[in-house]
Amino acid sequence: MTIDIKSEEITPRRQTFSHIARRFGTDKPASRYEEATFDVQPKVNFHYRPTYAPEFELFDSARTKIAMKDWYVFKDPRQFYYATYNINRAAMQQRFDSALEFVEKRALLNALKPRQRQKIAFYLIPLRHFEWAANMNSQLVADWAYGTQIASAAAFAGADRLGIAQLISRIALAMGEGGDELLVRGKTQWMTRPEWQPLRRLVEDVLIVRDWFETFIAQYVMDGIVYPVVYESFDRQAPSALSLVTGFMRDWFADHSRWTELVIKVAAAENADNREVFSKWCAQWLPRAAEAMRRLAKTVLGESGDAAPTEAEAALRARLKTLGVSVL
Amino acid sequence: MSRDVSITLQNTQEGAAITEAILADNEGAVRRDFPAMIKIDRASRLVIKASSVSDRLGRQWDPQEVHLSLISLSGSIDEDDDSLTLFWR
Amino acid sequence: MNAKKLTLKQKYIQSTRGLDWEYSYHSKEEIFPYAEYEGIKIHDWDAWEDPFKLTMDSYWRFQAEKERKLYAVIDSVAQNSGQLGVTDARYFNAVKLFIQGVTPLEYQAHRHFAHLARHLPGAGLRVAAQMQSIDELRHAQTQIHTISHYNKFFDGMHDFAHMHDRLWYLSVPKSFFDDATSAGPFEFMTAISFAFEYVLTNLLFVPFMSGAAFNGDLATVTFGFSAQSDESRHMTLGLEAVRFMLEQDEANVPIVQRWLDKWFWRGYRLLSLVGMMMDYMLPKKIMSWAEAWEMYYEEAGGALFADLARYGIREPKYAGVAKAEKDHLTHQVWTVFYNYTHAAALHTWDIDDQHMDWLSEKYPNSFDRIYRPRYLAWRKQAAEGKRFYNNGLPQLCQVCQIPMAFTEPGDPSTVSFRVSEYAGDKFHTCSDGCKDIFDYEPEKYVQAWLPVHQIFQGNCGGATIPEVLDWYHLKEGVDNLDYAGSPEQAMWNNWMVGRRGSDNLDTKTAAK
Repeated sequence: MTIDIKSEEITPRRQTFSHIARRFGTDKPASRYEEATFDVQPKVNFHYRPTYAPEFELFDSARTKIAMKDWYVFKDPRQFYYATYNINRAAMQQRFDSALEFVEKRALLNALKPRQRQKIAFYLIPLRHFEWAANMNSQLVADWAYGTQIASAAAFAGADRLGIAQLISRIALAMGEGGDELLVRGKTQWMTRPEWQPLRRLVEDVLIVRDWFETFIAQYVMDGIVYPVVYESFDRQAPSALSLVTGFMRDWFADHSRWTELVIKVAAAENADNREVFSKWCAQWLPRAAEAMRRLAKTVLGESGDAAPTEAEAALRARLKTLGVSVL
Repeated sequence: MSRDVSITLQNTQEGAAITEAILADNEGAVRRDFPAMIKIDRASRLVIKASSVSDRLGRQWDPQEVHLSLISLSGSIDEDDDSLTLFWR
Repeated sequence: MNAKKLTLKQKYIQSTRGLDWEYSYHSKEEIFPYAEYEGIKIHDWDAWEDPFKLTMDSYWRFQAEKERKLYAVIDSVAQNSGQLGVTDARYFNAVKLFIQGVTPLEYQAHRHFAHLARHLPGAGLRVAAQMQSIDELRHAQTQIHTISHYNKFFDGMHDFAHMHDRLWYLSVPKSFFDDATSAGPFEFMTAISFAFEYVLTNLLFVPFMSGAAFNGDLATVTFGFSAQSDESRHMTLGLEAVRFMLEQDEANVPIVQRWLDKWFWRGYRLLSLVGMMMDYMLPKKIMSWAEAWEMYYEEAGGALFADLARYGIREPKYAGVAKAEKDHLTHQVWTVFYNYTHAAALHTWDIDDQHMDWLSEKYPNSFDRIYRPRYLAWRKQAAEGKRFYNNGLPQLCQVCQIPMAFTEPGDPSTVSFRVSEYAGDKFHTCSDGCKDIFDYEPEKYVQAWLPVHQIFQGNCGGATIPEVLDWYHLKEGVDNLDYAGSPEQAMWNNWMVGRRGSDNLDTKTAAK
């Protein structure tokens, strides 16, 4: 026996929006990601030029040297639109909360030997400022990027960076038993310790870049050194209680890289000029990122510690090559 | 002349619990019901106490959870660990 | 170890402005190049008090919860053909106006709050701005997803972004928001966070969302309720941001006042389209525009400006004109749309006797005397097979870009018409409010892409109306013209035969 539910003859007159059907070449159903991103950004007939930057239109592909025939070829591999993005991060956050609760209940971070605690605090807590600058860079991309696909993913990345900065803050509070002296000390270290100045200087140099794609690339190469060095090499030396709570950062970086690497790959494949520009930018920022982490790595891992940033740099160069960008 | 602060909540289980807590803790608060919404007005100041809401829900309720039930409000906001206050300066 | 546990407030400060630092390798001006050119003086960014103390962990959790609930309803409405429960198909013209006119503004807000999130020197405000940026993206995307289902059946929605960038009535919202995003960050906050999302917000929200509730559009209502909790954060930001500017330096007061005057007026003019929707497009009406203006502006605004008087702020300059126009505004806008429905991506229709009686009751001072005779004359023409469409093109106000159909306050027989001269040319505006805006920054407003001028200049696909409509991607006989005889009407009547029997049908046919 079958269940046969008669439904009304409600025949759709069209399957999707016209701008999406034009992209498909036919009228067929579109995914939520496609509907939420394709062609949503205004394109033409702007009424006034920005009073703060009259050389540009309100949405202007000339805000970057990188040229694309179509800015809607950067399909996010995660297909994040607002709902799926938040649901995804809420689940990741839940895992962090559980891990932190586990660690706090057993006072695992407070039971660290003072030397260990000091070392972890030294390399981890100042990074919340690195994340804050990464957030600012993401907002720049969300502001000036051309096309909904890149701009929306950049906005999500900014929220991620703020989130990570806040998670590092929570770890610091847990290490400090709820008081903020580790946060205060971490900022002082970021501002004054010689090991941190190359990275802080690099970060501030990137903050004044005005080509949003260059900002994107600079952030990509900085992350490409910082994340493996800190959340793999440094964390491996630390008690496992720490890796439990920094799992979020490793998971996030893997997820985020799926997007950033797609963007680079697609833009590099577009034309030789793009590839050349990417090469130049990487040549400018990548060595500085590796150099910035070397001194820090020696302090954390010992004299041979600078092998970690060197390896990260080599791996990053190799990865860029597979994305179509050769770095001299 | 004192201005009313107000809060409008969704008429759900949580919204209802928050409403009851507000009415119990804020003398002079006035409730009005609309389709799917509850509006509460009070002169100058209104406080939502986490403990009051938690008691009524039977679980630990964080004041920031009000975001899940909130439709609108009128007034300046002061948030702390245990409560959310609406007020006019 | 005797560490004192941090309070929510302290934790929040450490987790937001505590993340920022005093840059030393570059100057603050290099890192925040747009912070000073408007003349607003901020002496102490640390005096900013964050109204809501939402960290990202909570944001993700709450917003994920809200989205799960919302999409469950959107899916349900789609699966169960929720559109069949709506009062009448004419309701969907409000939805068309929304996706064509409002959704692109949500998207613009998303992008521009990201601009603030990068370029405002105060870290606390930057965090509030970045949350609002993704909130606005949420609104744009959930609106697209909600309306996606309606697009499958109803017309006019299918190419909303393309139309927003081109159609004559859509340059009203487009230019409104372009004006805000081309301004500096402080003006943008005053314009959007304060004037639009605090002072005037209920005049956008209540008509659309209550209109949806009253007319059986479950999906839009659910979207509305869900978005409103975000809006509470935005409203609060607007109020606190304006207070902050006013408190930081006395010199800010006249600048903010001028912005208030301008943005009250531009916002009010934009909302005239919403008022028209309220009075004319909702089969089941919530209240009249006049009532909404009284409740949500005159009463609420009165208390607000009494409060801001302590800073030296007065009520917006032309609030009195808005009050005086109450009895005429929406009828004049409906008139414009009725005239030009052949060039619009929505329908208009004959106003039936029951509707006219409602309008008469709500507008006792104006409707029967001025507008009823007009609608009866149009009805007669339509019955004779000569449904009136205006084949000329209207003059648009240089600032608000609405066709110049508004009349002088106190004299409904005289079109309100102002002229300014700039660089050897004459420019026309619809009111003192718009003229003031033009005269203060003429070099800005002369840049406007006025749809009618552009058509005459041959930039819109050709010299004939059919070519222009084609360029608009407006499907002739489908997206445009009277509701009577439209494919939508035929579809709706067909559905209703199945649902309710034939006595509830609107069977008026087209008079072409």
